[in-house]
Amino acid sequence: MTQKLIIIGAGMATGRALEQLIETAPDAYDVTLFNAEPRGNYNRIMLSPVLSGDKTYAEIVTHSAEWYEENGVTCRFGERVANVDRDRKVVVAENGDELPYDKLMFGTGSNPFIIPMPGHDLDGVIAYRDLEDTELMMSMGDSNKVVVIGGGLLGLEAAAGMAARGVDVTVVHIMGHLMERQLDEAAGYLLRKALVDKGITVRCQANSKQILGENGKVRALQLDDGTELPCDLLVMAVGIRPNVKLAQDIGLAVGKGIHVDDQMLTSDPDILAVGECVEHDGAIFGLVAPLYDQAKVAAKTLLDEPATFVQKEISTKLKVTGCDLFSAGDFAEGEDREDIVFRDPARGVYRRLVLQNNTIIGAVMYGDTADSNWFFGLIKDATDVSDMRETLIFGPAYQGGTPMDPLAAVAALPDDAEICGCNGISKGQIVAAINAGADTLDAVKATSKAGSSCGSCVGLVTQVLGITLGDDFKMPEIETICKCSDLSHDDVRKLIIAKELKSIPQIMQELDWTSPGGCHVCRPALNYYLVCAWPGEEVDDGKSRFINERVHANIQKDGTYSVVPRMLGGITTPDELRAIADAADKFNVPTVKVTGGQRIDLLGIKKEDLPAIWYDLGEAGMMSGQAYAKGLRTVKTCVGTDHCRFGTQDSTGLGIKIESAMWGAWSPHKFKLAVSGCPRNCAESTCKDLGIICVDSGYQILVGGAAGLDLLEAEMLVTVATEQEAIDVSCAFYQLYREGAQYLHRPYKWIAKVGLDWVKEQIVDDPENCAALAERFRYSQQFYQVDPWAERARKGVDAHEFTPLADFTKVAAE
Amino acid sequence: MTDFIDIGSVTDIPVQGARLVRTQHGDIAIFHTASGKFYAVDEYLPGKAGPLSNGIQHGEKVTDPMRNWVFDLATGEAQGADEGCVGTYEMKVEEGRLLLSRDAIANQVAAE
Repeated sequence: MTQKLIIIGAGMATGRALEQLIETAPDAYDVTLFNAEPRGNYNRIMLSPVLSGDKTYAEIVTHSAEWYEENGVTCRFGERVANVDRDRKVVVAENGDELPYDKLMFGTGSNPFIIPMPGHDLDGVIAYRDLEDTELMMSMGDSNKVVVIGGGLLGLEAAAGMAARGVDVTVVHIMGHLMERQLDEAAGYLLRKALVDKGITVRCQANSKQILGENGKVRALQLDDGTELPCDLLVMAVGIRPNVKLAQDIGLAVGKGIHVDDQMLTSDPDILAVGECVEHDGAIFGLVAPLYDQAKVAAKTLLDEPATFVQKEISTKLKVTGCDLFSAGDFAEGEDREDIVFRDPARGVYRRLVLQNNTIIGAVMYGDTADSNWFFGLIKDATDVSDMRETLIFGPAYQGGTPMDPLAAVAALPDDAEICGCNGISKGQIVAAINAGADTLDAVKATSKAGSSCGSCVGLVTQVLGITLGDDFKMPEIETICKCSDLSHDDVRKLIIAKELKSIPQIMQELDWTSPGGCHVCRPALNYYLVCAWPGEEVDDGKSRFINERVHANIQKDGTYSVVPRMLGGITTPDELRAIADAADKFNVPTVKVTGGQRIDLLGIKKEDLPAIWYDLGEAGMMSGQAYAKGLRTVKTCVGTDHCRFGTQDSTGLGIKIESAMWGAWSPHKFKLAVSGCPRNCAESTCKDLGIICVDSGYQILVGGAAGLDLLEAEMLVTVATEQEAIDVSCAFYQLYREGAQYLHRPYKWIAKVGLDWVKEQIVDDPENCAALAERFRYSQQFYQVDPWAERARKGVDAHEFTPLADFTKVAAE
Repeated sequence: MTDFIDIGSVTDIPVQGARLVRTQHGDIAIFHTASGKFYAVDEYLPGKAGPLSNGIQHGEKVTDPMRNWVFDLATGEAQGADEGCVGTYEMKVEEGRLLLSRDAIANQVAAE
């Protein structure tokens, strides 16, 4: 006897279940299909190609009116189900019709999650869920602006689809990189780059505050930093929630979704559920593959055939033209997991495999996903890959092939890229010299001059030799920046400039980093190189700085901090001293110490108190002394001609002027100065990174001293006649060091490498170059001479660094 | 079944940043890694490491700012030649909220 089956919801899962059922046993059930949307089943995942214009709606319809008719399905489209009486086994339609059932199947799908922020109910705020939403987005054109909240799969497809229609689209994403559930940071960077190339503006780590309207219609999105993003349409694509309302109302077991067992049966054995509305073994489902599996199982259950739904590994691809990405499995790092990373900077390719117990458990790919199915197969089958480990990352075609090429980054450089800055020699000129017979480093130096001055480009020149000569050239061992890269510090710095790299993920991709996110050795170095190379651009990443530079104070062994206000040239006033004393009292500072650099150090301050003590010191006109910085520290002085009977010049005044010009600058390591008023050298200028000794005829400038782990006497750079020249030469020397030295090398180490003669050539023998260096320093300073304490104490910058997230110690005390 | 308590929003901790949850039996550092995951581990390994929330993160690891020991945030184990393990606590993210296992702050809850 034919039984009655009622299906609530005409979606992809119920559609597939219906197909299976009709194919296997066309006469088993008399089917009625309710659907709230006024149409039958279409391929919802193909809405993105409809939006971008690659397909029409007609092309994505999976079941036409004729199909339903031919197969005897009674369609009630545009009608909702009002109630289900489980005792009488009757479905009540919106218009009051009562329809009896033997079996009932829920396919109520999911609702898009709408963030309940102010303005979410304005006209023009939509989700991306159905054909109506898609049509609204398709109505936008090149005179429109649209904001998409959500940088996940759906949000990005919506953004790309509209951008293809000429719309000015901005994607606002709360997390640090796009598609963070499917991609790691490196792949997220490449995706972002591709989207930006399509004209889409991407704002990550952006927190939406409210939607602003005008006459009931959306006008702009406001972020919590106050930025307003004007828009004519706002699309929220921040996730879905299983639609469980009806199931809940009629008393079925419901958690995040409608609970189903392995046979897709709900807590009522005559009611099944499939698709995005279900929860199976704690999981809910948004991708199509498991939905189809559920549909198959449900069809068999309806026919009393044994079948079991099993959750499987799933993979993700993004349907945006020109953005080939693939992600599958679990790609978090872990104790017993290993990464294999392959990057091809020239082609914008990133591949990462995560291995555990000799099997691949996760994969992320960007740029070239041709082999993704092969890798996905290895994941699903948990294949033992120990035998093909060495070449695994290259894919099936390369089993037994060559290992990775460490020269890829340099090979990808264009011919006009400058390699040797001292002599202005490009890659093309070096290649020409090699082709003309220069087959050793010395020969290249002699014939092209590349690498013959400061020597910092020798690593790159060597790589050009390796690329040009191939196997005929034996690459020497080099000291790499860290274990994440095959390049030296010097190579990395030059490539940052040559390739205009402006973020750490970008450097890691373009320069072929072997780890996905770097390490504590390379990250601070790269951050400094970016800060130095691109002054005035937003390249500084605080999370890549050591804690002292991140919170602008020196961490002590007990986790407290020390605070040193700046005192230019070591000169202070009674008012400043009073303010310091008051602050020491107010914050119960346990130790007040005069430092070796002639400043006052307040030690033992709690991290939470830092902004408050900075505020008080700021009220008295003091700013950060940057005693924590790899940057300018202090200029130590003696009293000079003001008071000393031996003084030859105003050493204190000069010290103040130099410190005023130089404070705030970042450098490869700390940089300490001193100005002594006469050769008796009371300010100890002869063991400083840069020391000045005043003499009757002018100012002797000494460089490269040290009085720490190494003890070295500073050497004479030049003697100049005027105070202004002394300041200019000091700035030029500092800039030469900033641009050239490797991270964590003090000037004496750098000078030992490049040679004092070379430094003299750059500064003393070449006044034009000296002036240009000083000018570059001054340009950079206009961006870095900002008091970090004022920013934090008065403007709330980085407030998260100084307050706990939650405090449960007080709760207990109540 | 583990009971969880709301400690804040995912946006309260910047990516690759960390913040503290203070409890009666010591501070717990909550890390937000570049992959978008969150971890809860003890701020200190007494006598050996910490304050870890001040360290530099890389991947799912953090480097102690004092002695450069590297810890796996998921297991709490010190990496390489260093031996030691910081306590880790269960946490999860639901609808943009950070939820920390109530056991992590158990003393207080019992006292309430």
